[in-house]
Amino acid sequence: MTDHELMWRIAGGSGDGIASTSQNFAKALMRAGLHVFTHRHYPSRIRGGHTYTEVRADSDPVRSRGDGFNFLLALGDSFARNPQEGAYYGDEEVKPLSENLDELNDGGVIVYDTGLLDADDIPNFEQRVEENDWHVYPINLREIARDHGREVMRNTAGVGATAALLGIDLQYFEELMAESMPEDILEPNKEILHYTHDMVKEEFDLTHDLRVPQGSHDEEQVLLSGSDTIAYGALDEGCRFIAGYPMTPWTEVFTIMSQALPEVGGISEQVEDEIAAAALALGASHAGVKAMSGSSGGGFALMSEPLGLAEMSETPVVLVEAMRAGPSTGLPTKPEQADLEHVLYTSQGDSNRVVLAPGTVAEAYEQSRLAFQLAYGYNIPAILLYDQKIGGELMNVPASHFDREPNPDLGAVTTEAELAEAPHGPGGKFHRYRYDAEDGVSPRSIPGQKDGHFLVTGNEHNQAGHIDEDPTNRVTQVERRASKLDAIREFLDGQSTQTYMGPDEADYGLITFGSQQGTVAEAVDRLNAAGHSVKGIGVSDMMPYPVEEMTEFLESVDEALVVEMNSSGQFRGLTQKELGRFGDKLSSLLKYNGEPFEPAEIVAGFEASIEGQDVPDQQTTYVPAAGD
Amino acid sequence: MSAFSAIGEDREIDREEFTPTLEPQATWCPGCGDFGVLKALKQAMPEIGRNPDEVLLVTGIGCSGKLNSYFECYGYHSIHGRSLPIARAAKLANPDLEVIAAGGDGDGYGIGGNHFMHTARENHDMTYIVFDNEIFGLTKGQTSPTSPKGHKSKTQPHGSAKDPIRPLSLALTSGASYVARTAAVNPNQAKEILVEAMQHDGFAHVDFLTQCPTWNKDARQYVPYIDVNDSDDYDFDPTNKEEAAAMATEAEKGLYEGEVLTGRFYVDSDRPSYSEEKQAIGEMPEEALAERYFDDDYEWERTHDMFLDRHK
Repeated sequence: MTDHELMWRIAGGSGDGIASTSQNFAKALMRAGLHVFTHRHYPSRIRGGHTYTEVRADSDPVRSRGDGFNFLLALGDSFARNPQEGAYYGDEEVKPLSENLDELNDGGVIVYDTGLLDADDIPNFEQRVEENDWHVYPINLREIARDHGREVMRNTAGVGATAALLGIDLQYFEELMAESMPEDILEPNKEILHYTHDMVKEEFDLTHDLRVPQGSHDEEQVLLSGSDTIAYGALDEGCRFIAGYPMTPWTEVFTIMSQALPEVGGISEQVEDEIAAAALALGASHAGVKAMSGSSGGGFALMSEPLGLAEMSETPVVLVEAMRAGPSTGLPTKPEQADLEHVLYTSQGDSNRVVLAPGTVAEAYEQSRLAFQLAYGYNIPAILLYDQKIGGELMNVPASHFDREPNPDLGAVTTEAELAEAPHGPGGKFHRYRYDAEDGVSPRSIPGQKDGHFLVTGNEHNQAGHIDEDPTNRVTQVERRASKLDAIREFLDGQSTQTYMGPDEADYGLITFGSQQGTVAEAVDRLNAAGHSVKGIGVSDMMPYPVEEMTEFLESVDEALVVEMNSSGQFRGLTQKELGRFGDKLSSLLKYNGEPFEPAEIVAGFEASIEGQDVPDQQTTYVPAAGD
Repeated sequence: MSAFSAIGEDREIDREEFTPTLEPQATWCPGCGDFGVLKALKQAMPEIGRNPDEVLLVTGIGCSGKLNSYFECYGYHSIHGRSLPIARAAKLANPDLEVIAAGGDGDGYGIGGNHFMHTARENHDMTYIVFDNEIFGLTKGQTSPTSPKGHKSKTQPHGSAKDPIRPLSLALTSGASYVARTAAVNPNQAKEILVEAMQHDGFAHVDFLTQCPTWNKDARQYVPYIDVNDSDDYDFDPTNKEEAAAMATEAEKGLYEGEVLTGRFYVDSDRPSYSEEKQAIGEMPEEALAERYFDDDYEWERTHDMFLDRHK
């Protein structure tokens, strides 16, 4: 982060093209040589309502949303409800401007569409502008769009105005438009872009200092979301079957896979419910295809029973869980990390699964691949736990990160040649569940293989899969299945799935899991720059838990603050349960208002925690260590 | 060359290959109709020429789920109500397998009713056998989705206030392309229907009346039965959906009035199976997907080459 970073927010209503415009804006800046990161906020509403996307751009790598923002492009909400006297939702027409002012930084720039927004409708607008040293550029974007094309093209006018005010070369926008628009739409858009840009340069004296940062990349970059990278990781592991049912925010992975799979000769199935979706993934996997399913919290709840069947039958499968704020329908379009316990423990019986929580868009690719390697290598279900934040945020990653070989290996399976030599039970049943299997992993045969038939059952079973309630058999099989997790832990200890931040030695620790990793990393840097002694760790292995690594980390610090997006401190609880100690060292900084942390909130929360003060921000909560 | 050499193996099949050595004798109650399904299924296998290593039998939970313990093949004894989604995905993954799903009336028409409707709608090329005994047997005699209205049980002490499910009509309106009813007491017809069902290219639903002598003693033993395709009393065309619907309705009504009407109610040989439909729109490969993982020469696609340009 530098002092010259841009935090550009485009605001409007759902359905106004905020997402696509901001995506192109971020891509343009990436092509211009900058590092970019987006943060998306949208309501659970069909049309209209307060929607924005922030694009943070800098010459240095950007790992998180920023603290507030410094440029507002307020478009109209074309679907705003008509305000009536005393309407509960207030005057929605002005919200693209009014709702965003609280988080706009001092000295920030405002462009608003006078064709749809009247600043006179916003209480104390002039006064606030003056107090905060905002620089306001009212422009009739709607009229420009209408005169030179169509009214819906006012986003383009807004981008043209932004480019003029920040000094961004229009060529990047033109190129992107040319790549995505048909000729009849492209021409008026180009005209609007140039017209607005030139008009702003001519008619306004620029009073603000903010300009687009200058930067360059030393290698080719790509702009991707976590949903993209999860899907691409799956495809590169040879996943050729997905079954699902739509649910926000998991739908993004499902959509990307459903569009990609036909291109690589795979199969996607949209089915009647999530019970079926998970069961289909099991069926396809059993028949010899690398398969996945997934959902968000509510749909994943329906998958509990098939998940348990996958554990008991040792059918490999990858499930993804895209968290949103709960319980129940919760905040459907907002991120939270409160499904951790749900994913770890749902389904009857002892859990026997892998759960990974990637910390960045780039990690999501690697861990999606890792989930498949573990699932198929150990014949166990693996769950990739992420959230609306990481699924929807875009960031630039070097293209070379994805330049890797595919791995279609089916893992622990037999060939027909091996089956001919393998032990069989009475009746010719293949010993699919051998007591003496190395690492507990007994290879499976695939239906259609000669001499391979055996019985899969959710009941406890003997080596051939036959139902067996003998106590010795029971103990042997429970322990064999459990031992796979030990072997996986040993394997993971040789990988680098956790992410370390800050100096090697420090007095204090910041701990987080999953999607808050980048924000915590930025907070760690800021705290050290401010003279604190802090190191951080972003944990990805939820099950099996990285006991050695976390013990070492916690032994090395005096105290540690666990940062997570839920209200009950689930990851802190998991850490204490797994380690059986450190309860007096671990405190929590929690956020559960539907928005991810900003770096400054973590900095403030940390400083308050070591000084034993209340956290200054009402939107976060500090929970002290046990005994404090 | 196929990685699955059991598939399409050209040899004589002996029905006894399907009898497990480990537990050759089923533990169903004496007189149970489930024995009739097991016997008919074993008898049908030599006729369709399939061996145990190329048959995937997916069951749910209930007395019917025990079929997997007494029928030697690739078995998948799954969870209550979920045999169909597992079975149909396996068929999509490897269409060369013979895929059969089986369950009871509670499993298929109750807890798994949604899957029944949708699997029929999609017309997957598979056979679904429903052990219909009008009762929950394994859990000891509770009222089931096909129990007649007024049926008393420990959980319905005043008699069921519900009309029963009409399984043949449900299959028909959902889109099944082969709908039949047979009975354990009619072994020859049962075997013939199972052979036809497995040879049918589409979703074949067989409502198999299996008397429960333990928990449904009041129920009829499904005798005498009438084969609606042979009887002079019934004149309908099973390839005509309207006539099939009328015949199915009459059979469903008749069952609760002491008249056991069995046979093929609907046969549509022209409707493409789901795999064919998906292949036609380019959403399913022509060759079994499962084969690809054993093909050392296959060039696996890389996302780096295929999808990354759009993100640049």
